[in-house]
Amino acid sequence: MAEVSIRKVVKVFEGNVQAVKGIDLEIADKEFVVLVGPSGCGKSTTLRMVAGLEEISSGEIWIGGDLVNDVPPRDRDIAMVFQNYALYPHMTVFENMAFGLKLRKFPKDEIRRRVDDAARMLDISALLGRKPKALSGGQRQRVAMGRAIVRNPKVFLFDEPLSNLDAKLRVAMRTEIKKVHQTIPTTTVYVTHDQVEAMTLADRVVVMNAGIIEQVGPPQELYHSPATRFVAGFIGSPAMNFLLVEMFDDGGLKMRLANGAVLPVPASRFERYAACKGRQMTLGLRPEHLTETQDVMHPGVARVDAPVDVVEPMGMETLIHFFIGSQPVCARVDPATPAHPGQNLPLAADLNQMHLIDDETGRVV
Amino acid sequence: MSAAGIATGMAVPARRPSRMERHRRWALWGSYAALALFVFVFLVPPFYVLMTSLKSDQEIAAQAGNPWFVHHPTLQNFIDLLSMPNFRGYFINSVMVALVTVAVSMVISVLAAFGLVRLGFKGSATLASGVFLTYLIPDSLLFIPLFQVIRSLGLINNVWCLALLYPTLAVPFCTWIMIGYFGSIPKELDEVALIDGAGYLRMLWSIFIPVALPGIIAATIFAFTVSWGEFLYPLAYLYSSDQKVLTVGIAGDLIRGDVFQWGKIMAGCVMAAAPPIVIYAFLMDYYIAGLTAGATKG
Repeated sequence: MAEVSIRKVVKVFEGNVQAVKGIDLEIADKEFVVLVGPSGCGKSTTLRMVAGLEEISSGEIWIGGDLVNDVPPRDRDIAMVFQNYALYPHMTVFENMAFGLKLRKFPKDEIRRRVDDAARMLDISALLGRKPKALSGGQRQRVAMGRAIVRNPKVFLFDEPLSNLDAKLRVAMRTEIKKVHQTIPTTTVYVTHDQVEAMTLADRVVVMNAGIIEQVGPPQELYHSPATRFVAGFIGSPAMNFLLVEMFDDGGLKMRLANGAVLPVPASRFERYAACKGRQMTLGLRPEHLTETQDVMHPGVARVDAPVDVVEPMGMETLIHFFIGSQPVCARVDPATPAHPGQNLPLAADLNQMHLIDDETGRVV
Repeated sequence: MSAAGIATGMAVPARRPSRMERHRRWALWGSYAALALFVFVFLVPPFYVLMTSLKSDQEIAAQAGNPWFVHHPTLQNFIDLLSMPNFRGYFINSVMVALVTVAVSMVISVLAAFGLVRLGFKGSATLASGVFLTYLIPDSLLFIPLFQVIRSLGLINNVWCLALLYPTLAVPFCTWIMIGYFGSIPKELDEVALIDGAGYLRMLWSIFIPVALPGIIAATIFAFTVSWGEFLYPLAYLYSSDQKVLTVGIAGDLIRGDVFQWGKIMAGCVMAAAPPIVIYAFLMDYYIAGLTAGATKG
């Protein structure tokens, strides 16, 4: 059993810079948790505190039921994979993978067995005699993962392990990491700034911003029910559209956009948004909920006129960029939809999928 | 050249070198000229030393002929020197002092550099600058206070006083080289070693020393050179023949009043210079890599 528990953890660096501001997080045994957020949000610092590479200013970290605040990294039974691989350059792949086991005085044949097993799993058996400089980026990252696997630790920690790889290799390695977790289910904490990595790998995603946790949840939940404007904007690519709206009641709750256009709030949301009447709010709508018009308009779908600014054909879809007032908006339409800059394109906004954000609190209503 | 030009055999005018090419050519010529002058100035004395060491006393004394060439080469000067018990003693003293100096300097500077670069204690950066600043103090200013120290230890006219003194000259620069080298090793390597289960000493021994080997070789060569070539300290602190090292031994034994035994002096110089030359020749690449590590690696 190796659950990780982070309780009220704070990290203050020299000069009173508060990188982590009292976060709480419970990670279950064998769970794959991804910490995601922009640069400087405290995700790497949190991971390093779990690893024991960074001292905790206050709070508690528990691993497998033990308080590890004052336990050195080597005694935490963790393994970490770094962004720049951190392979020992003077050692062969075999020696790199065996180093930790050798220090822990494992018998030679046990070391050989574990390294061979891990190498087979990661398809690096043929590379065991090579030095890191003779390996490609992807191979190096596999070796770094192999080094972590052979230790059979309680917790795997990954610090942006794919950031140094090119886009194609990143996708392949992402699958590889997921496969390894399926083969050896071990508690994993994974840090990335790439929300696609977070969504595809995680059992639960932890979105961090400015030293606090904005939201924790399964990827789909974060995508469909973001708790804050930050999460709504951070998860999803292209990002969610944010439009300032004036809420008013005109025999039904309605929203007035910056360009004067009026959109009706679906009846199913009246109760939820009743308290927002008369206030200025932000409407959040994902690009895929702003599409080409259909012959039959379903309830809750409203028409929006888009003065097309830029058209981006992506192959399986086309992105249409335009402005409502001064606010940029992105729509995802079928590639067969004829669209060109300067055209006034009628679009269908599926308001059943809308999010209403309170500008004062930044929270989704 | 166009296909049409080739087919008709038309003369194609030679392309004028571009402005940039001309600039580059001038820069190259300038570099070669400066280097040639540099090589000439620095190689003439050793060349003269070698030539003179191969001459007999008569040939050296004779005013006739070109002094830059040997007309009747002989190894007599070398044979005479090697058969002198004093010279063998100087050589052995120099070797012993150099070995101890290198060992002591390297142990101190490797440990100091590792501590300063990686243990990240309060004031480590200031201390690292301080280490380098001590290197800027000229040796000749130190030798009077150090004389007092050596005298109070009762080590005047004892060759081992040099093994105590030379590390004070070698350690600052060696530490500086090692700081540059250790500093260029990515921080993640120590972190992964810590997680793998290594303590700091194990990390130094198994990771830092092998990775920083070029830097260690560079620092070793420097410490050896300091010890092997130093003249002022042995001249001031040692006076009996059995305690002297090569540098002062050659000058002291082979110059008697105004009588200079040039042939033997030069042969002594050649033999004294041989070990550093051999070491540099084999390890030059490491030396350069070690000196430039801090400057070129992130």
